[in-house]
Amino acid sequence: MRDLSSIQPQHLDILKEVGNIGAGNAATALSQMLSKTIDMKVPAVKVVPFHEISDSVGGEETVVAAVFLRIEGDAPGNMFFMLPLHEANELIRQLIGDPQLDLNEEPMNEMGASALNELGNILAGSYLSALSDFTKLNLQPTPPASAVDMSMALISAGLVELSQAGDYAIVIDTEINEKDKDNSTQSKGHFFLLPDPDSLDKMFLALEVCVDE
Amino acid sequence: MNNLIKVGMADISLASPPHTIRTSGLGSCVGIILYDDRAKISGMAHIMLPDSSFARSGQMNRAKYADTAIHDLIHLLIKAGTSKYRLKAKIAGGAQMFKFSLNSEAMRIGPRNVKAVKKILNELNIPLVYEDVGGSSGRTIEFNPATSLLEIRTVNKGVVQV
Repeated sequence: MRDLSSIQPQHLDILKEVGNIGAGNAATALSQMLSKTIDMKVPAVKVVPFHEISDSVGGEETVVAAVFLRIEGDAPGNMFFMLPLHEANELIRQLIGDPQLDLNEEPMNEMGASALNELGNILAGSYLSALSDFTKLNLQPTPPASAVDMSMALISAGLVELSQAGDYAIVIDTEINEKDKDNSTQSKGHFFLLPDPDSLDKMFLALEVCVDE
Repeated sequence: MNNLIKVGMADISLASPPHTIRTSGLGSCVGIILYDDRAKISGMAHIMLPDSSFARSGQMNRAKYADTAIHDLIHLLIKAGTSKYRLKAKIAGGAQMFKFSLNSEAMRIGPRNVKAVKKILNELNIPLVYEDVGGSSGRTIEFNPATSLLEIRTVNKGVVQV
């Protein structure tokens, strides 16, 4: 069994390619929901040690909105989608048409939470179906759960399985660009893909890349 | 700011005045502080999992697990000149960050971490002076060995000192 630190650049290239296909699908779905042009891409996929994960979302204590899904099927694991709070608020306000919405309320606004879940569902579903197509692995997301809190605190909830075997996670940077006729805004979301220890070899075998090369 | 010692996830450090010691973004993880208020020496561990029997890979990070982390912390503190019999503990963390419909063991890791830490402290006869555990909020904690005060910060409830 391998640790994620032994991942090869070509593995990450494949995951990035998969990411861009998934992002394309997700962008189409989001464009339809919001009736505006949404463009998404995956500029980078990297493997980072746990203690650096939150750097990509602005630091350990940065308040973010997160959607957490468990992946079931041939290669189980955890998946997060994370956005800085103000960007998440912006997106969700547009989704549900409520300019007052603030996701950082306790308990979370019900409409807001369900829209955030749906957003996570679309994005994660698109990514997983692309990954599924590529690897011929059966990968199914479970119903999502959302929360707003410090990034590190949220991520740690998804590290339970993976942390039993190593200290690294796969981070898939995602850029969401919205354009309407007046302006264009950019959100920088991040996917964290945390395959269970036993799923790693399966995933790479399925990618037809020999892990032991 | 320069006097701040940071403890990362699955990490252990010691601090004595003028330094303070902090760990950020505790979710299901538990932050434990052991301190000797006479020697003014303190140590902190950021624990992720309850038991080192969870470890699966060859080389394991001992600071990740409640049992090994607490033993190492005590060892370091004694080496630094504290008395084992004067050590006291404060703990924080062990939250459940996501409310999941599916009832997974992994989701309950916060409460399990807390239980493991308390059990070990009890076995070692180390008094638990303060605990702020459970709930569903992330916590950042900072301990000042000069005053033995622990500062706990959450996103929605601000800062408390205990």
